[in-house]
Amino acid sequence: MTAAFGAFWDEYRENWVAVIALAVVVVIVAAALLAPWITPQDPYDLANLDLMDARRPPGFVGSGGYEHWLGTDAQGRDLFSAIVYGLRISLQMGIAAGAVAMSIGALLGILAAHSGGKVETAIMRVVDLQLSFPAILLALVLVAVLGQGKVPLIIALVAAQYAYFARTAYGAATAERQKDYVEAARATPLPGRRVVFRHILPNCLPPLIVVGTVQVANAIALEATLSFLGLGLPPTEPSLGMLIANGFQYMMSGRTWISVYPGIALIVLIVAINVVGDQLRDQFNPRLRR
Amino acid sequence: MLGYIIQRLLQAAIVMLAMSALVFVGVYAIGNPIDVLISPDATQDIREQAIRHYGLDLPLWQQYLAFLGRLLRGDLGTSFVLNIPVTELVFSRLPATIELAFAAVLAGAFIGIPLGIYAGYRPRSPLSRGIMALSVLGFSVPTFWIGLILILTFAVNLGWLPAGNRGPTVEVLGIEWSFLTWEGLQFLILPALNLSLFKLAMMIRLSRAGTREVMLSDTVKFARAAGLSEITILRRHVLRLISIPLVTVFGLELGSTLAFAVVTETIFSWPGVGKLIIDSITSLDRPVMVGYLVLVAFLFVTINLIVDLTYALLDPRLRRGGRAA
Amino acid sequence: MSALLEVADLRTHFFTRAGVVKAVEGVSFALGRGEILGLVGESGSGKSVTGFSLIGLVDPPGRIASGSIRFDGQELVGLAPERMRALRGKRIAMVFQDPAATLNPVLTIGTQMALAVQAHGGGSERAARDLAARTLTRVGIPDAAARLNAYPHEFSGGMRQRVAIATALLHGPELIIADEPTTALDVSIQAQILAEMKQLAKQSGTALIWISHDLATVSSLADRVLVMYAGRIVESGPVAAVLRAPLHPYTRGLLDSLPAMARPGEKLNQIPGSTPSLLSLPPGCPFAPRCSRATDICRTDPPVVTEPGRMALCHHPLAMVAA
Repeated sequence: MTAAFGAFWDEYRENWVAVIALAVVVVIVAAALLAPWITPQDPYDLANLDLMDARRPPGFVGSGGYEHWLGTDAQGRDLFSAIVYGLRISLQMGIAAGAVAMSIGALLGILAAHSGGKVETAIMRVVDLQLSFPAILLALVLVAVLGQGKVPLIIALVAAQYAYFARTAYGAATAERQKDYVEAARATPLPGRRVVFRHILPNCLPPLIVVGTVQVANAIALEATLSFLGLGLPPTEPSLGMLIANGFQYMMSGRTWISVYPGIALIVLIVAINVVGDQLRDQFNPRLRR
Repeated sequence: MLGYIIQRLLQAAIVMLAMSALVFVGVYAIGNPIDVLISPDATQDIREQAIRHYGLDLPLWQQYLAFLGRLLRGDLGTSFVLNIPVTELVFSRLPATIELAFAAVLAGAFIGIPLGIYAGYRPRSPLSRGIMALSVLGFSVPTFWIGLILILTFAVNLGWLPAGNRGPTVEVLGIEWSFLTWEGLQFLILPALNLSLFKLAMMIRLSRAGTREVMLSDTVKFARAAGLSEITILRRHVLRLISIPLVTVFGLELGSTLAFAVVTETIFSWPGVGKLIIDSITSLDRPVMVGYLVLVAFLFVTINLIVDLTYALLDPRLRRGGRAA
Repeated sequence: MSALLEVADLRTHFFTRAGVVKAVEGVSFALGRGEILGLVGESGSGKSVTGFSLIGLVDPPGRIASGSIRFDGQELVGLAPERMRALRGKRIAMVFQDPAATLNPVLTIGTQMALAVQAHGGGSERAARDLAARTLTRVGIPDAAARLNAYPHEFSGGMRQRVAIATALLHGPELIIADEPTTALDVSIQAQILAEMKQLAKQSGTALIWISHDLATVSSLADRVLVMYAGRIVESGPVAAVLRAPLHPYTRGLLDSLPAMARPGEKLNQIPGSTPSLLSLPPGCPFAPRCSRATDICRTDPPVVTEPGRMALCHHPLAMVAA
């Protein structure tokens, strides 16, 4: 296993863009985890905010006595702190939604492939119908019906994304089902559960990991979009999308930093995750192997 | 062919039925339906009148049938906020969105397909790598952020194009269009570009993948052996061969573009249905939400149907019923 | 009679990540006008790559590494792409193995043939389609003018290959390279197409290079035969002579594995082993590991040309049977 991982890493290392992207992801995750210790201000603590400090450009030294590297927003929040905390929320939502969607999707996909017949038809019909329907619209409606907050948002993101995982798991599991060894395992009276866990699931994992990586990035983008539209998290916990939305109104007057810096943080994170996901896909895809 | 059309129409009807049931359950059955149908400030009399009028004392399946009946007559209720019938409201906003979505999808296709074919034809050239980097960005960067940057660059800093709203419109066939005058077109450019970047990225990827595959095929080798020039091969053979998946995606993307227009319309204050649904969600104008959802579902099903039929037209093997061996 | 085609020491190599695959390694032969040449070998022997080298259509990462191809006195190796294109379809044409894959499924055959006509000197669409229809009639497609509007899938396999052959014949080329054009067809159609090709070539004085893995097919058609193995021509000579008394043990092996050569009830003799990897050929004769006559010298030294008039690349050629 270690040797296999070593070989995998050796191949990964050949693409230096992917290596940089991975480093970026690691740094952002570390920053998000360590947010309370590396930021000068807790942006959620209203007592820390002073409207005197609002909308100041980068480099301004405010009433806190420290320099605001990236300036401040309309509430007088230190933008750097707000961005790090925003990344923290974005990652939380993205990973939570991705993990739940992956579990539900993989379960449904493998169930469909494993049971066949009417169950298979029913599940895959629904999945395909949903895949043809834009995720953002579904999320929008769910958030509108369920209200604002972390849990409704995660439900909306999961509902918008589980179908991708279900398709992927189904595809991998049906391919596995055709293979002789599953037939062989079935012929010897093993319980169905063992076939799924010992044979089918391990072979579904690589494609699921690839889709998972990309879907975490998509969930982050979707969350930011919903928050930008004012339908995401409540204003007391500003995510990156909301920071950008709040800064949008000041952009015309030249105070561009309020929107631009959170935006850069957001796209750096999303693009980096996507690049890592692309590289993983290339490495897992046997057709591209030379 | 006729049997195929009938089969597809039946499927579309079934999907539409399922969607209407979902919308019904989602908005009418969850929560108190009366809140959905009339304004919370209405008097007790009006409430009871409405309950009887909409048959809310009836069992659920009868209510669903009644809902379907109203749906078929085009009655989607009245907006609380604007006090206009929802059907009228949605249709007054629809041309703006359709105009925007078409402009975006067409721009995506007309720019994306040539770029993608080039990238597939010369996969190792630096220009192709640049094109692919562009498509990665178009895929992963959220639409709203690109819209912001477009406004910042072209409206705020350069001052070349307006930052939002729809320009002057001209009435053709009873519908207001803005792309017919230069001034109206100026207002359309930025939002259309914004909305098209995702399609552009997708068209690039699809046509690149298709071209790479087709270039290695015997069809292209045979055409080369007959002495056809590379440009003729690309224009006549490759473009036709990759067009089938492209048309499919083109059509499907038209549908999802209508949905994604929500974001673009909000950023650019474009008065289309996307802006309408965001406004109706924030003001809890539920009849409008239902109307929008039913309409989008209907557009989706229709577009899917048209795509399938176009598919059959483009692929002669499907046209005459049976598949080739 | 001066030769139409003279190939000298042709080497076509594929520069892959795993190493250089020497698909064609030092092939030389000449072809007269109107002559029919059979090019025989197993898959991977380099026969198809030789064909593609002649017409300048070797796909990357492959390219002609060295050697010379002179067509009617003109050197084709290193010729400008545009001038090579002007030759293709006009003076040198090619027919491929699987007509279902070569014809574009989404264009009518009229359109495809018209494109091939107009690739060389334009002319009107009308005139191009007229020529297409006349050529289709020549290859035996009935009601050709109406069939121009049909799509490839509306033709049977044999008819599709006739369309491909007609496309190759459009400009009356001096050389047609046919890469296993009957392999994908039914056996009954194979014989028909074979006979028609032979007749068309003789009629119009077109030289033909017929590439096949099947020695039997070639024997009924060709004047002369080249046997390829591991990128090299291991034996060449007049068809009748080679079939009657092969010099190279590999040719003998090919002949013995033909069903027609075996007595009924007798087991077919397959050549033991398989084609060697072109990435790492042994220093001596590439056939040595599979050859029953191999000795030490075969494993160390490349074999030499032995027989005048006929040629074989072998240290221990089979004795010629006295005529």
